[in-house]
Amino acid sequence: MLTRSLFSRQLFAAASRPAIAPKAVSSAFRPVLFYQNRFLSDATRQAIDKAVASAPVVLFMKGTPETPQCGFSRASIQVLGLQGVDPNKFAAFNVLEDAELRQGIKEYSDWPTIPQLYIDKEFVGGCDIIVSMHQNGELAKLLEEKDVLVKGEEGAAEEQTEKKE
Amino acid sequence: MADNQEPAITEDFLSAALKTRLNATHVEVTDMSGGCGASFTSLIVSPDFVGKNSLKRHRLVNAALKEEIARIHAWSAKCQTPDEYAKEKAATGGNEGPPMDGTNAQGKVEGVTE
Repeated sequence: MLTRSLFSRQLFAAASRPAIAPKAVSSAFRPVLFYQNRFLSDATRQAIDKAVASAPVVLFMKGTPETPQCGFSRASIQVLGLQGVDPNKFAAFNVLEDAELRQGIKEYSDWPTIPQLYIDKEFVGGCDIIVSMHQNGELAKLLEEKDVLVKGEEGAAEEQTEKKE
Repeated sequence: MADNQEPAITEDFLSAALKTRLNATHVEVTDMSGGCGASFTSLIVSPDFVGKNSLKRHRLVNAALKEEIARIHAWSAKCQTPDEYAKEKAATGGNEGPPMDGTNAQGKVEGVTE
């Protein structure tokens, strides 16, 4: 259906679009000294601040939305797609690309695992939380409140209940 | 490793730790890594979760198992209060247990339906 292909093309394309995401962040990470990985340095913290603020919905994940490198990351991306998140309001950061981001985000969020979802700069949770909020309707409510869904696509989640061909 | 004084992380170890540190009344821990002890998923039922939202519950678990989680590769948890656990059990006729990370074909991201 049209909805799914929109999701496939736009959500992925948006997440890998050149402007904001990994490039801008990666360059900020490079100057950070390697042996500071036990403490969050100012530079790393600022870079993550920027990443978290780069879009209303931000997912730190393993791999990219097109090719997730982990089942939990893949599940999280799927949920966001099912919810109909507007690709223009979404950014994904691949922690596998950057060791400092990978370690830094865990200390920044005080959360031991990846993926990590931020909505409106606030930490929401990891895969388990995303999935359970998806199932109990909390996520849909939150995303609507924050106005990050694709307009006129409220049927996106419902479409998924149709049998696949 | 000779200087590794920490106990091996097994299902039993995690289960016991959760019962002790979180007053868990029911715990199911499943080693998803084929015995490597690197990847676990869990169902944790504890009265400590009452009145806490999902994030707070997970943070409680993360804090209780901070050292252990840091040593393993993947960790997944489902946190329920005793009430929620009982309700779900009644509703599904035997609860789903720990979240089995899987995305099946109907677009559901959890392998819930048997």
